[in-house]
Amino acid sequence: MKILVGYKRVVDYNVRIQVKPDGSGVVTDGVKLSANPFDDIALEEALRLREKGVAEEVVVVGIGPADLTAHLRNGLAMGANRAIHVVTSDAVQPLTAARVFLKLIEKEQPGLFIVGKQAIDDDANQTGQMLAALWDRPQATFAGKVDIADGKATVTREVDAGLETIEVELPAVITTDLRLNEPRFIKLPDIMKAKSKPIDSIEFASLGVEAHDHLKTTHYAPPVKRGKGVMVKDAAELVAALKQKGLL
Amino acid sequence: MSKILVIAEHLDGKLNSSTARAVSAAVAVKAEAIDVLVLGDSVDAVAADAAKIEGVSKVLTVAKPENAHPLAAVLAPQIAKAADGYSHVFAPSTTFGKDVAPRVAALLGVAQVSDVMNVESSHTFKRPIYAGNAIITVEANPDHVVVATIRTASWPAANGGANSAPVEPLSLDVTLPTHTRFVELKQGSSDRPDLQSAGKVVSGGRGVGSKENFDIIYKFADKIGAAVGASRAAVDAGYVPNEMQVGQTGKIIAPELYMAIGISGAIQHLTGIKDAGTIVAINKDGEAPIFEIADIGLVGDLFKVLPELEQAIG
Repeated sequence: MKILVGYKRVVDYNVRIQVKPDGSGVVTDGVKLSANPFDDIALEEALRLREKGVAEEVVVVGIGPADLTAHLRNGLAMGANRAIHVVTSDAVQPLTAARVFLKLIEKEQPGLFIVGKQAIDDDANQTGQMLAALWDRPQATFAGKVDIADGKATVTREVDAGLETIEVELPAVITTDLRLNEPRFIKLPDIMKAKSKPIDSIEFASLGVEAHDHLKTTHYAPPVKRGKGVMVKDAAELVAALKQKGLL
Repeated sequence: MSKILVIAEHLDGKLNSSTARAVSAAVAVKAEAIDVLVLGDSVDAVAADAAKIEGVSKVLTVAKPENAHPLAAVLAPQIAKAADGYSHVFAPSTTFGKDVAPRVAALLGVAQVSDVMNVESSHTFKRPIYAGNAIITVEANPDHVVVATIRTASWPAANGGANSAPVEPLSLDVTLPTHTRFVELKQGSSDRPDLQSAGKVVSGGRGVGSKENFDIIYKFADKIGAAVGASRAAVDAGYVPNEMQVGQTGKIIAPELYMAIGISGAIQHLTGIKDAGTIVAINKDGEAPIFEIADIGLVGDLFKVLPELEQAIG
């Protein structure tokens, strides 16, 4: 089985993002970029499935500008066999990303597509579900545990009510939650090895996917700040303050 | 004029309050009609609850054995079909809505607006990005159906009880897939208030130290009638189950009172509690970031402070 992994590059999760004063966007110049943490978990899961003998090949796929290759090399250094880079300098919204991934699926015929449940930049939480719909295949979102056997995936999902287990026939889309695994660290020899692994570049325009923005973002604003709080010195003062607010 | 279809979330024959919150967002659109769609195997009790929500025009039900569990692959084609004639489809931004709504949007060939926190006009919305560190205004295409998930912490539950909207069964001619099957749902058994909708929440973090120590959090929560939550660190450390996680990737909540005990306050956690009425932080590290957003802070050892608090409350 072949596994495709959606592998997005985002502003690093440790960066506290700043909104530009004119509301035209967020400051991304000179800001550290990293793999979307949920996509790292997706790649780790794919690698583990390969190590268990469930899959033979793991392919990381990314959509972005020319310099995205450096990011895809990280995926290769982590252990992916090869990468596919869909080249575009435009930001891509979830529906467009799903349409692009479907084109790659039609060509690659994977048994599984794994991707993070959300990207920590736009926090949309849509791409995996949209891809599953367009592909007309099952989806197992927010995966906390994945078992694959006999052409089926048994997936335990982290839902509001607790842990839900579903069984889906392959091929399918799985989106990963935080506790599915802990991604491995990249070692120096692996970075060297990754240099000789192949990255296929495909021009976005050649895929025949409409590129228009489905949603127009007209303004960016910082969140409303909460007022400055007070410090109390002990339990008695805290209880008094809460009673005064009618909260106890 | 707008006509909005709100997808009901329910479990064990009970309507989830997130549905009434999604109705509030629909009311803000000033729609001419707000219909609630209930998909289930037995739908009567849930439909009766939905019919009571103020602002609801009618309740549509689709009762099928296949709808016994909320499987997105099974529900989405039915919702996409039922959406015919509507300008908007709203679902709560819970794990239920997040799972099914994008699948509906893709079937309809339209974008989705995730986590609507404010309605500016019928096609203009505000939503958070970067874990709530930026709020964007987005315009949806006026020629398309708007599929959106509603950030439940931003909306009050529309009042229930005063309305008695008509309930109508809907027959949909849709072929349902068999490639996805429900196996089981393991629910945390708790007599405590529901974390998502509780008025008071007490959360513990890494500072609590162990699964056994978490008893002190439960005990205090029971004393004040609060639901219990936790930071990601506490869940990752195995102190409590995943459904108790509050934050960017867990539950986003807006109780009147939120008490963060032994929680340092990572950005990802703060995202989940920003809309709380009053935030209380108790932490032995006076430099912890949680104090930056707390309304009331107390620097101290939680194992000493909590028993003192219980005593002071009486």
